[in-house]
Amino acid sequence: MAKDLPPPYTAMSRHPMMPRAAHDEAARFNFLTHFNRYLSGNIGAGNRLAYEKRVLPAFRAEHGRDPEHRYEIRDAMNRDEWHRMWSALKRNSMEMRQHFGRQVVLRQLDELDAMARQFNEHSGQLELDPAIAQPHYQTAVDIHCQPGGYHSEERPGDVTVGANYDVGLFATTGGALGGFNDGGGQAVVGWVKAERPDWSPKRILDIGCTIGHNAVPIAQAFPDAEVIAIDTAAASLRYGAARAAAMGVKNIRFVQASGEDLSRWADGHFDWVQTTMFLHELSAKAMPRILAEANRVLSPGGLILHIEQPQYSDDMPLFEQFMRDWDAFNNNEPFWSAMHGQDLKQVMAEAGFPREAQFVAGVRAVVDPEIFPPSPDAGAEDYGRAAIWNAYGAWKPLADERQAAA
Amino acid sequence: MSGGEAPLDWVTLSGKRAKGKRPDFFENPALDRLYSTVFALAAEVSALRERQDTIERLLEAKGTLSRADIETYVPDRAAGEERGLSTQAYIARIMRGFQQEVEAMEAHDPPIIDVVERLSRE
Repeated sequence: MAKDLPPPYTAMSRHPMMPRAAHDEAARFNFLTHFNRYLSGNIGAGNRLAYEKRVLPAFRAEHGRDPEHRYEIRDAMNRDEWHRMWSALKRNSMEMRQHFGRQVVLRQLDELDAMARQFNEHSGQLELDPAIAQPHYQTAVDIHCQPGGYHSEERPGDVTVGANYDVGLFATTGGALGGFNDGGGQAVVGWVKAERPDWSPKRILDIGCTIGHNAVPIAQAFPDAEVIAIDTAAASLRYGAARAAAMGVKNIRFVQASGEDLSRWADGHFDWVQTTMFLHELSAKAMPRILAEANRVLSPGGLILHIEQPQYSDDMPLFEQFMRDWDAFNNNEPFWSAMHGQDLKQVMAEAGFPREAQFVAGVRAVVDPEIFPPSPDAGAEDYGRAAIWNAYGAWKPLADERQAAA
Repeated sequence: MSGGEAPLDWVTLSGKRAKGKRPDFFENPALDRLYSTVFALAAEVSALRERQDTIERLLEAKGTLSRADIETYVPDRAAGEERGLSTQAYIARIMRGFQQEVEAMEAHDPPIIDVVERLSRE
């Protein structure tokens, strides 16, 4: 029996807003699921071999030293025939995922739009604000090579980009995020419940929620809490709110707002501020602004938690940093490299979270093991894409309150 | 149709380019184009294989079938694993050139002429 056999697309859980994939559409996603695993697993080792056997020796011969930065490795590897072929394969896989997903969504967009409108009109869980501008870091390129990014419309009021994100995430991640693509949010819930079993946050803010696939499991796990999920992109929020309503999750509201300006919420309003795979979609100036705002709206004793791939540190080999940087340059993730190169603890400290209040924890996607095999975690590492993350967080000190009052 | 709007041209729209310059992976742009076509075809062949498998399974189980049967077919766990394994094996076949290049990098064989010359001597 072959190892790491991913489940078929049809094993995904269905919620009413999920675009319906016809037989061959599901089969195309099945191909991509296997193909992605093949690229990272079966032949991914070719990159390391090319580096160790010829790229690194050639670099040493030319420079008389080892590479000192991941960018030096990138320049050298981008001239290597193997790495170029492998990158072409992977880029094409990403492009196919978008094309296939958009075919599924666009051919049934009338029904999807109508259904979303119905859910959103009746649920009251969607609050759009046309005055919210799209930040430059969201519009400079279409992130993840998703045509239209997460904010554009095919026609006014449509749900294309949100639906396309949801329908194809399974293939991109090789099924590692579980039936509702919510393995990241489930991981957060699992960590919090283990860390503070008796904690019952009342007000939770999720910044950069897109379609809410990681915020909904938090709302489900804390039914007495009110979850506010914000994003600047109405096109994603429309789908996300309808998706949550369709799943019967009522204690979450989708609000169009920028994390850089949370002024509509008072100081200390939230018990928990969450971002999941979001900080790397920002910019050098936006990230500290958002973290400072998050600090302001977080109540003393509250939790801030960011789920990201591990930061690059001096302990991480330069070759691994280079591989983890692939998406930055080949899959339209322009802040990925700079963000992962930062000392996030320092950035958090400057935003007001004292270092002694911070922690880093490892979490992995929580999925139904009956259907979804665990994400491969050793050897065949899918750099930057495995469903294994670091949680960078802090419990905001109660002392802040006393200092502020003094 | 909602609000009497013209139908969307979903075939054209679905292929829209993502904003942001695409890297050139090869010196010859024709190779970049060729990769796009070859692997889109590979996905289509995989989908066709799966459709064929669906038809065979439905015929075996029911003796007859309709198109709706095919479109709504959901493999059970055992069938899903068989089909997954079949897709894995299919990908292994079309990717042999890449896979064997990885092995070649590991093995680091000398040029065949070296072996030819050695055997002519020793």
